[in-house]
Amino acid sequence: MTDNERAARNKKIAHTIMWIVLLILFICFIFPFLMVIINVFKDKSDITRDPLSLIGATKGFILTNFPNAMKKMNFWTVFGNSLIVTTCSTILTIIVSSMAGFVIVRNSKWKFCTLMFSLMIASMVIPFQVLMVPLVSVYGGTLGVLNHRITLILMHVGFSVSMAMFMFHGAIKTNIPIDLEEAATIDGCNRWQTYWKVVFPLLKPTVATVAIINAMAYWNDYLLPSLVLTKKELYTIPIATQAFYGTYSTDLGLIMAALLLAMLPILILYIFLQKFIVAGVTSGAVKG
Amino acid sequence: MKQNTLGYKIKQYLMFAGPGTVLFLAVVIVPFLYGLYLTLTSWDGVSAQKPFVGFANFAAAFADSDYWAAMGRTVIYSVFAVILINVVAFALAYLVTLGIKGQNFFRAGFFVPNLIGGIVLGYVWKFVFNRAFVAIFGGTSLLSTTNGAMFCLIFASVWQYAGYMMLIYVAGFMSVSAEVKEAALIDGCTPSQAMWNVTIPLMRSSFVQCIFLSITRCFVVYDVNLSLTKGEPFGSSVMAAMHVYNQAFTYKNYGLGQAEALILFIVCAIVGVTQVMVGKKGEVEA
Repeated sequence: MTDNERAARNKKIAHTIMWIVLLILFICFIFPFLMVIINVFKDKSDITRDPLSLIGATKGFILTNFPNAMKKMNFWTVFGNSLIVTTCSTILTIIVSSMAGFVIVRNSKWKFCTLMFSLMIASMVIPFQVLMVPLVSVYGGTLGVLNHRITLILMHVGFSVSMAMFMFHGAIKTNIPIDLEEAATIDGCNRWQTYWKVVFPLLKPTVATVAIINAMAYWNDYLLPSLVLTKKELYTIPIATQAFYGTYSTDLGLIMAALLLAMLPILILYIFLQKFIVAGVTSGAVKG
Repeated sequence: MKQNTLGYKIKQYLMFAGPGTVLFLAVVIVPFLYGLYLTLTSWDGVSAQKPFVGFANFAAAFADSDYWAAMGRTVIYSVFAVILINVVAFALAYLVTLGIKGQNFFRAGFFVPNLIGGIVLGYVWKFVFNRAFVAIFGGTSLLSTTNGAMFCLIFASVWQYAGYMMLIYVAGFMSVSAEVKEAALIDGCTPSQAMWNVTIPLMRSSFVQCIFLSITRCFVVYDVNLSLTKGEPFGSSVMAAMHVYNQAFTYKNYGLGQAEALILFIVCAIVGVTQVMVGKKGEVEA
């Protein structure tokens, strides 16, 4: 056996070992999901008896947990609320912050633009906990606009505009040549037309990144929605899950179904858009 | 059209950045400033008057032993969680950049916990700790003991964030060019020396970033805390953010709660900024 062959063989063995290590780690990572999946088809008494068995000992394989949990959790309403809030907030965030990034990057000599830019960057370190009490005080007490989806949507946008603006700012600065805009102006576009017809279409990769990061954050957000939406018919998935757990914590079968229902939409989306989500999150994290 | 008049500038700014600026000021800057004012009052959240009390809330916050106990727990939790998150994430990133078959599948898999919100995954882990682990290992649930509850919180957080940080480390590994590593090996480095002396120093910015992200997230942990332990047993796992929430919204001490939130923010900002400054200092470029 030559040295080359031996090296190749050693490498192959090493890779096989690493592959097995990865597989074990992978199983550890998805273990909680597996637990939910095997127990969702069992009756609560069977779950209490043996949470590890694949099929319930007394009642066997049952599907009734799903319709029961869906009914009690008001799943379609809650799902609809989450969908509306997430979609509207994401679209608005993209429109509002990309335009802000554009005007700030192209007029960096205006003092007001630099001031707003620095203020937005500095504000990114403020955690939500510092803002929640005054937020509830102003919008709940003084203005009384809580319990409307639109309030939550606008607040979501307000909280993410600085980060998203920063990412669009960077993208426009490095990727959009100013000559392009000058050409558009000469061809008779005003600033508004230049932006929407020339600049915005070129920002697609950043739009995707911002959309993915923010949509995930909005979908999973609990604290802000729980403060803004206190009426049952406006609940989003995380609030509904929390409320449901409080009411039915003894019926483990229902809980399993509710947890799985809460996770399914985003997991299904992930199966189809996995490549984009991983790429989007990576570029968002590295730039931000 | 003249482009340097004040009117033109205002019009341009408002047309593009107007909505963003208004929303940003309305939900970040105004509440922040109003919050500073609230710390000087003893508002109960209901009544119209907000009695001015000066710095009494800060004095009360410094004297609030529950708050400092929660803060101490948050520091312990953050130290363990941040170290473990980054060790696990780095190890995972190393394993999924070796060029093993199916590494993209593994990358995608390790990221899955990050897709799920803190509330839902807290409940999932609660079930696993209370039922599945008890069935496997016997004994009582870890969540019912003081130290066990802390351990569970750290465990769940590591599980939640490791996949996310892994993606940043993977990007870091990819940014170190193969030529540099090859050159080190030709110069007589062993693979582990090349790792410690070449690859890791070049990935310093990834470390700075991951540690910063995990510190800032761990310090204000709330969702997982609420769903996994709810502060139990006997309030022994109440983190600072949960204490602030309870102080303001449960006990209706809005002024005190806001003062405590502000202190939390200052501590968090000092730790975060120090870490970034220390981290950036020794950054090297290839």
